[in-house]
Amino acid sequence: MSSRFPSRARHRLRAHGAAWLCVALALVFAAGCERETRRFDPKPVPSDLRTQPQSLPDLQPGQPGPGMRETASAGRYDEKSAYEVAQGKMLFRWYNCSGCHAQGGGNMGPALMDTTWIYGSDPDSVFSTIMDGRPRGMPSFRGRIPEAQVWELVAYVRSMSGLIPNEAAPNRDEGLGGAPPESMRKPQPPKDSDAKVGG
Amino acid sequence: MSAPRETLRDGDGPGSRAAETLAMTWRTPKGIVGWLSNIDHKSTGKRFIVTAFAFFLAAAFLAALMRTQLVVPDNHFVGPDLYNQLFTMHGTTMMFLFAVPMMQGMSLYFVPLMVGTRNTAFPRMSASAYWIYLVGGLTLYAGFLCNTGADAGWFAYVPLAGPQYGIGKRSDFWNVLVNFSEAMGLMVAVDLATVILKMRAPGMSLRRMPIFAWATLVTSIMIIFAMPTVMLGANLVQLDRMLGTHFFNPGAGGDVILWQHLFWFFGHPEVYFIFIPGLAFISSIIPTFARRPMFGHDAVVLSLISTGFLSFGLWVHHMFATNVPDVGKSFFTAMSLMIAIPTAVQIFCWIATLATGRIQWRPPLLYVLAFFFILVLGGLSGLLLGSVPIDLQVHDSYFVVAHLHYVLIGGAVFPLFGAFYYWFPKITGRMMDERIAKWTFWIMFIGFNVTFFPMHILGLHGMPRRIYTYAAQSGWGTLNLVATVGAFIMGWSVLLFVANVLAGLWRGKPAGENPWGAGTLEWSVASPPPPYNFVRIPVVSSREPLWSREEGAPTHVSGLSAQTREGLVTTVIDALPDVRYGYPQPTIWPFFAALAVSLWLDWSIFSTQGFVWGLIPPAIAFIGWFWPREKATAEALALEKAP
Amino acid sequence: MKAHAIAPALLAALASPVAWPQAAHDALQPAGPQAAHIASLWWLAVAICAVVFVAILAALAWALWRAPRAQASTPPEISPPPAAERRHARGVAIALGVCIVLLVVILVGSISTDRALASLPLQDAVHIDLTGHQWWWEATYDDPQPDRIFHTANELHVPVGRPVIVTLHSDDVIHSFWVPSLDGKKDLIPGRTAQIEFRADRPGDYRGQCAEYCGLQHAFMALDVIAMPPGEYAAWAEAQRRPAADPADPQARRGRDLFLSGTCMMCHAILGTTASARSAPDLTHVASRARIAAGRLANTPENLAAWIHDPQAIKPGANMPANLLAPDDLHAVVAYLETLR
Repeated sequence: MSSRFPSRARHRLRAHGAAWLCVALALVFAAGCERETRRFDPKPVPSDLRTQPQSLPDLQPGQPGPGMRETASAGRYDEKSAYEVAQGKMLFRWYNCSGCHAQGGGNMGPALMDTTWIYGSDPDSVFSTIMDGRPRGMPSFRGRIPEAQVWELVAYVRSMSGLIPNEAAPNRDEGLGGAPPESMRKPQPPKDSDAKVGG
Repeated sequence: MSAPRETLRDGDGPGSRAAETLAMTWRTPKGIVGWLSNIDHKSTGKRFIVTAFAFFLAAAFLAALMRTQLVVPDNHFVGPDLYNQLFTMHGTTMMFLFAVPMMQGMSLYFVPLMVGTRNTAFPRMSASAYWIYLVGGLTLYAGFLCNTGADAGWFAYVPLAGPQYGIGKRSDFWNVLVNFSEAMGLMVAVDLATVILKMRAPGMSLRRMPIFAWATLVTSIMIIFAMPTVMLGANLVQLDRMLGTHFFNPGAGGDVILWQHLFWFFGHPEVYFIFIPGLAFISSIIPTFARRPMFGHDAVVLSLISTGFLSFGLWVHHMFATNVPDVGKSFFTAMSLMIAIPTAVQIFCWIATLATGRIQWRPPLLYVLAFFFILVLGGLSGLLLGSVPIDLQVHDSYFVVAHLHYVLIGGAVFPLFGAFYYWFPKITGRMMDERIAKWTFWIMFIGFNVTFFPMHILGLHGMPRRIYTYAAQSGWGTLNLVATVGAFIMGWSVLLFVANVLAGLWRGKPAGENPWGAGTLEWSVASPPPPYNFVRIPVVSSREPLWSREEGAPTHVSGLSAQTREGLVTTVIDALPDVRYGYPQPTIWPFFAALAVSLWLDWSIFSTQGFVWGLIPPAIAFIGWFWPREKATAEALALEKAP
Repeated sequence: MKAHAIAPALLAALASPVAWPQAAHDALQPAGPQAAHIASLWWLAVAICAVVFVAILAALAWALWRAPRAQASTPPEISPPPAAERRHARGVAIALGVCIVLLVVILVGSISTDRALASLPLQDAVHIDLTGHQWWWEATYDDPQPDRIFHTANELHVPVGRPVIVTLHSDDVIHSFWVPSLDGKKDLIPGRTAQIEFRADRPGDYRGQCAEYCGLQHAFMALDVIAMPPGEYAAWAEAQRRPAADPADPQARRGRDLFLSGTCMMCHAILGTTASARSAPDLTHVASRARIAAGRLANTPENLAAWIHDPQAIKPGANMPANLLAPDDLHAVVAYLETLR
């Protein structure tokens, strides 16, 4: 500030500047950071247990039986939260998805980290794939995996081919890993698929 | 390129034409640009002190939130996620953003005055360090306010802070904060070490140097050895997190314990970066208020030096619960017990000084006396922790929380508050209110003990650290309630202190040059000191230059230029005049360089590309900073030819 | 002025059993030789430290009391009389010598306690393999005969008077095994295998807790160590080896069907059924445990139902999701779990 400006005007200018800075900062802080959200109370939707679920294949992990009916809840999917994606990665391991899909390269099940998505790569399609199952071997996990966890798996599966924001994608695994960390994978844009099922 | 027509020398007393010219030459630049360009060590020191104190208040507030959460069992004041961020931010702020910068700030302000020179050796570097520190601290807090506060503890153990379990960018902010604060620490340490070794007033041999300067020297050299270790470790963790390297991945040949070694090799000396300046404050205050030179001055200096050495041999005592070999652990027990010896020497020398002196009962002395209760108790609990079997029980429990607060608050914060009362008159020219000071002292002392003493017992009763709440059946509720009450009492004392500072600034009694009748050189100049510190560089012939001098010895140096910023470089051991040194002019490039470095570091939190391309602004800034200036070069050349 | 004598006395008083009825997690109430060795060293060291503390404060008080008062203007004593200085130097040297001797005493005590801790007789030990997870403990009781190996979680039963060797692994981050009444702690470090040995000499319920910060629910990662007379222990171990029986009660049977067809079997194992996942605590004998949710809740049907219904309300951030069971389904599942003794 040079002495060209009279003192009072300078003070006013400084006060205004400071006020606007505070407003801007408050907005930034209030918006928070989506990457860092951690939700611990998913408020489950009550279910009607006796209703038979809709599922495509007969395959179900464990004993068949009346499962728990869940409804897809809009707005539950969050691929910007690093925590959700990390939980998805943990569940991928826990629920033995790698038993068929390996670490993403595929085995009995198709590869999850390439450009081919048989039943669609958008979140709702992947959700349906996991929930309803698919022909020729993908089990239906409806009633086995709570819906909130399925959304976490959806986010992780999409991260395997680099389709989610890089900041939220998981970093290097602890332990002996194969592929590069998900956050360092080049995005593999999904190609048009052969079967126009689901999606 | 013409020589100045007439070169005015200093050496005449105050009020002379040379003194007026000196004042013009060293004047503080005006305006916003001037404020950002100021490289006076006193200005840099004050900035460090004020900013560090602000971080202290922030961290104390976080602690108040923590204690509120822990006041009763099963409390829901804050949830686990926020609590984890609170204790991490509290520890990180106190250790990285308050304690070390505060001590360095006090040294930056007082060391040149105490050793009799006009500025530190590399004032632009220290000025730049301040801005780096400020932006680094603000970066960390910006993260905290965006739910991205570091949450893996102030020590950020991997794998919890690593790529898989350190989810999001919280640990990235922490790692980058380490880079910011260690860069700051190193820059200031180099500056301080140089001014102490090479720019003391003639006659101030190492044996005559004040203990405060010795302590600063020891601390600075320790910082130079220890801080790079944690920078290295934090950057290795960043490589693991952002590039997928495997330094700490046991599944691919790395080692989780490597982080602990790297961190604690720094972490243990770090607490001595904080403790040794605290000892320095005490060694400055006690002689003044006992009206006699320090008993066993040489022993105290040697104790500081040996503390510095020994502190590098203790770090595994933080790792006794791991499965490093047991034989090695006993060695670290021996070293941990051994480091008590130099501290004991200093304590006994202080008691002897007081016993053989005449006591001036004033607030700085009160705070220093608190050390004898609080730090000694903390040091003794440290001996208990140094023994492997006992540590295996109380490690990572509230016993350690009690110990660390006893040593840090007793050994550094209480002496620091004493130092504030002692040197406030010199910095501001006014006295603080003594009655309020005594109240503040007693409330702080009582509040502190009520807060932290019960934690010893909680630890023995099984309460681990870093827990956001506890069950009622644990039986820990009563002592936690007591601790929280004490915490709030302490909080009030801090607020009272702040009020006393503000009242002192507004309406304090004028202090004069030497309100305490002290003996070291900083008390020979006006309060506050002029920008050039000394009208004439003094020549000393005793340890307490204001108390005694040799008959017939010279009293001051004359002949340095009054028209350019000039100082005297002396030899290391005997401080004989050696060369003349041209101080740099105020410049805004250190500020720009700090902003550029900060941009680079902040960008690299989010992008590996940022780490590469972000180097361009600092390159430009450093080129601008170091570009030779014709006018200054011409003046220096002219002085060389015709001194 | 300084309450120099109160602190050690207060410490001793507050550590006494009368003041603290919960003696199940107290390092100063040892129930086994390891904790007893450490407690002995503790009392020796604390006694030494208390003496030193009192002595230093007494010396300070003496110094402050005998020195005359002064002002800022009082001329400083620049050259103190050398004879007095030498006398005080001798005093400092003697004090220092005493301190060094005491430090050596503590060092010797520490090393000999280390040796005592390392020389626990280990014949006929019970071998437990403990893996730390976020935020629960997985225990495998090893046996040379493979069919006698069994799994449990969060609660260890040990026989009184027999040594226990616990091998420590971590599945994710660093945890720490700490049962203060029985022994010091040992960290569970991923990539490393550590070992801790202890013995309980008195029957009782000794509470342990994870002592290395490990994330969101570090506060509630407790571990119960229950010491039983050898006969009771053998009976307990035999019961743990048995698979879960088919429930007779129709509500319990329906609960079992729900367990196996819902989300529970995706993570939990029950020996004797098709549920064999290892991501979450083994529930084969869950009803025999004193507490659930890693020591967070007493093991009652109400708590079990609340925990299953919404674990996040009790332990926010835990890895168990909320379950969408209708009330009578929830009661059926709980009824089934209650049969798993």
